[in-house]
Amino acid sequence: MKGSQVSARHDHLRRLEAESIDIIREVASEFKKPVMLYSIGKDSSVMLHLARKAFYPAPPPFPLLHVDTTWKFREMISFRDRMAKEAGMELIVHTNPDGKRDNVNPFDHGSSFYTHIMKTEALKQALNEHGFDAAFGGARRDEEKSRAKERVFSFRTSTHGWDPKNQRPELWSTYNTRVKQGESIRVFPLSNWTELDIWQYILSENIPIVPLYYAAERPVVERDGQWIMVDDERFKLNEGEEPQQRLVRFRTLGCYPLTSAFESDAADLESIVGEMLIARTSERAGRLIDHDDNASMEKKKREGYF
Amino acid sequence: MTQAAQTRQDTISEYLEAQSDKSLLRFLTCGSVDDGKSTLIGRLLYDSKLLFEDQLATLERDSKKRSSAGGDIDFSLLVDGLEAEREQGITIDVAYRFFTTDRRKFIVADTPGHEQYTRNMATGASSADLAVILIDARKGVLQQTRRHSFIASLLGVQHVVLAVNKIDLVDYSEERFNEILEEYQSFSSGFDFATFQAIPMSAKLGDNVTIRSDKMPWYAGPTLIDHLETVDVETDRQAGAFRMPVQWVNRPNLDFRGFAGTIAGGVIRPGDEVAVAKSGRTSRVERIVTMDGDLTEASAGDAVTLTLADEIDISRGDVLADPTDRPEVTDQFSAHLIWMGEDSMLAGRPYLLKVGRKTVTATITEITHKVDVNTFQHLAAKTLELNEIAFCSFSLSEPVAFDPYEINHQTGSFILVDRYSNQTVGAGMIWGALRRASNIHWQALDVNKQSRANLKLQKPAVLWFTGLSGSGKSTVANLIEKRLLNLGRHTMLLDGDNVRHGLNRDLGFNDADRVENIRRVGEVAKLFSEAGLITLVSFISPFRSERQLARDLLEDGEFVEIFVDTPIEECRKRDPKGLYAKADRGEIKNFTGIDAPYEAPTNAEIVLKAGRYSPEELAEQVFNYLESKGYLSGAYESQSSSDWVI
Repeated sequence: MKGSQVSARHDHLRRLEAESIDIIREVASEFKKPVMLYSIGKDSSVMLHLARKAFYPAPPPFPLLHVDTTWKFREMISFRDRMAKEAGMELIVHTNPDGKRDNVNPFDHGSSFYTHIMKTEALKQALNEHGFDAAFGGARRDEEKSRAKERVFSFRTSTHGWDPKNQRPELWSTYNTRVKQGESIRVFPLSNWTELDIWQYILSENIPIVPLYYAAERPVVERDGQWIMVDDERFKLNEGEEPQQRLVRFRTLGCYPLTSAFESDAADLESIVGEMLIARTSERAGRLIDHDDNASMEKKKREGYF
Repeated sequence: MTQAAQTRQDTISEYLEAQSDKSLLRFLTCGSVDDGKSTLIGRLLYDSKLLFEDQLATLERDSKKRSSAGGDIDFSLLVDGLEAEREQGITIDVAYRFFTTDRRKFIVADTPGHEQYTRNMATGASSADLAVILIDARKGVLQQTRRHSFIASLLGVQHVVLAVNKIDLVDYSEERFNEILEEYQSFSSGFDFATFQAIPMSAKLGDNVTIRSDKMPWYAGPTLIDHLETVDVETDRQAGAFRMPVQWVNRPNLDFRGFAGTIAGGVIRPGDEVAVAKSGRTSRVERIVTMDGDLTEASAGDAVTLTLADEIDISRGDVLADPTDRPEVTDQFSAHLIWMGEDSMLAGRPYLLKVGRKTVTATITEITHKVDVNTFQHLAAKTLELNEIAFCSFSLSEPVAFDPYEINHQTGSFILVDRYSNQTVGAGMIWGALRRASNIHWQALDVNKQSRANLKLQKPAVLWFTGLSGSGKSTVANLIEKRLLNLGRHTMLLDGDNVRHGLNRDLGFNDADRVENIRRVGEVAKLFSEAGLITLVSFISPFRSERQLARDLLEDGEFVEIFVDTPIEECRKRDPKGLYAKADRGEIKNFTGIDAPYEAPTNAEIVLKAGRYSPEELAEQVFNYLESKGYLSGAYESQSSSDWVI
């Protein structure tokens, strides 16, 4: 029977799962208008799965929000719509109208400006427009140095500013959820998970993920030593560049021109976990926006990025 | 499937199998500044081969930029991730790191050494099984060593490692190691740690961290990683009686009513009887519902949803418990408190207290003692400053269910939140219920407020005048009282100065005493209103929190806050008692408006613009308010329940 399966599943993941569910329930209980940021990646998939568990048999009592930069992989968009429907949750999609009007894109404007307009500013717009007082994000502390310093309940001012030097002390699992009008809290239920935990959990729970994580023949070009996928006709090829079919997959998913693929034949979850075990580079090596400079993530977070 | 693929699948399955046996150890590193905490964590990650190539490349590049490392890899750069931390070369906030060895998984909280950031160390300690307390072998036991050991002990960290670091800088001296060990043991003998292990090491060079050092043949104990991998933290984790604070009542449709929460102690199975701690009502667990199917058993740490056999009243914040071993329920308890607020803690001021999933208001009624973290002596105190630790008595707005912290960390801990800034200002570990909460009962009296008020043909009220010194509070209050007296009303006027000659003659003008001053006056006003009087209170009462406290003592509608809003320039010009002149000469300390704050009301019933109108006109305004709201018409009727009926 299923019950015994659960108790036999290993202790470490079970503990992480319970901690995350507790956090998600706490937000639903204490905030007036929470929302779950859904970026369609593997962490988002796990977070959504945990939210469904937290309120079963009811659907999660908050909507999903996807900040669509318009430069996501096409496969991600169809996956997103399917998952929201399956969870029985409302899906809010927001794109920065100014950025759309000015056609802000990663090719002409550079990754840094593009990210600021299409992700950070777009997110703030969506949060303000709907008046959300809490927003779940799938960030993990093992991803990046400034994220390792983030609280589970991370306070934001009414202008979405983060002050890493002055965070609320956070003890036991007793969270201070108080905010004034206009202020909000970013909540990170996956804080204590590692990349490997995420993959093991996806494997053990059989959680659906975007097929881009699995190896397949895909059209890519080589740029600065990284494989970039040509996902649609908007891709601007440089002189002499010719897309070629390669057996590749992704370890992390962002906007397609800013996320690099790597050659792999791991076409199922077990092989992916196997690959993770011998990985010699961090997951963020495939995220071009992290490479701007050493404290770039902290700067982005101070400005309101997740 | 090819042979190679098959082999790979088998290896992965084996690996995952092995993973499933691994336990998790949460630990923290603490100690003084510059004793090498971040270096130690960097070394652990590096030696356990957990750094990725790109991270290593960044580390090497950054190490070269930092001159202090002298060309070697500076491991501290791995963990100090904030700009300000790199700038100053110190750790400001807790960083959480993750690593795995063949035997265990680890979450390590790297906590700051600076005294200024002690609260962040306590944050790390609250979720840790083990503390690695670092000591610089050259410096020996320092104030922060004592402070952090004490906090670790207070927060119930069971296991301690004393890492005598930088042993290479004292020539790997056994004598020095023993000296430090002896000094540590002499002050920590009272702390109740389940295990204690001292290890001489060099985090920078790697001696005794993951690899046994050949430079210290005199040391026969384990390396740090050996110890971390083998120390037994699993025992008793699920022991104790069943507890589940209800977090969320799940009601998707009329047929389902589930109580969701994380089990904070013990084990539960379908069929077990449970009691709601506060109401005492009992029922039986019907199902343990999860999305993966019903469970046959759940235990401490599991997040579950229970359905019960009976429809009993349960809401968020209630604690479900073993009926034969229930938590205590009280509105007064004593607790250890770590003060984390930038502003001082003031006894008597109401704060929000969150225990389990329940939030109530609470005041600290008494600081029994505060603790000098150097000598562990108990000192008398009226206020607490940032990072101070004390043993206090608390009084809550309503009873809550709890266990002593010693018995259950989840149901025995709380945080305090400032009601106006929303900052987390305190962390508490409950010791026990105060005896007087259960032994002092209300004496039922036959003559009550209503009968006393009826006799006077009036409704009791408290007219609370607040404003700066010289704003004209007493002048207006005096005019109103005369007018009420002429109408045959029964009144009493409490004036700040007059009360300070008697009841409050022991109080000064610092923040703590101001809070106590208002608390006492609030209580007196409450007694007068029970006597059926219309009470006029004329007090500067500079803090919102305490005016709220006074308001909370009375029934709805009995408290009328009157803000005498006179600009400070005007008050200074009037200066009826010459106080502003004195304050300006520095002869009075803590004078409201000069060097002490005044928090203007935001929701006063009446605001008097005293600069613009004469005292008579202002009194008229108040009088009109009382008349229009029915305070002066006829007999008293209780606003709330029938509690007062004879």
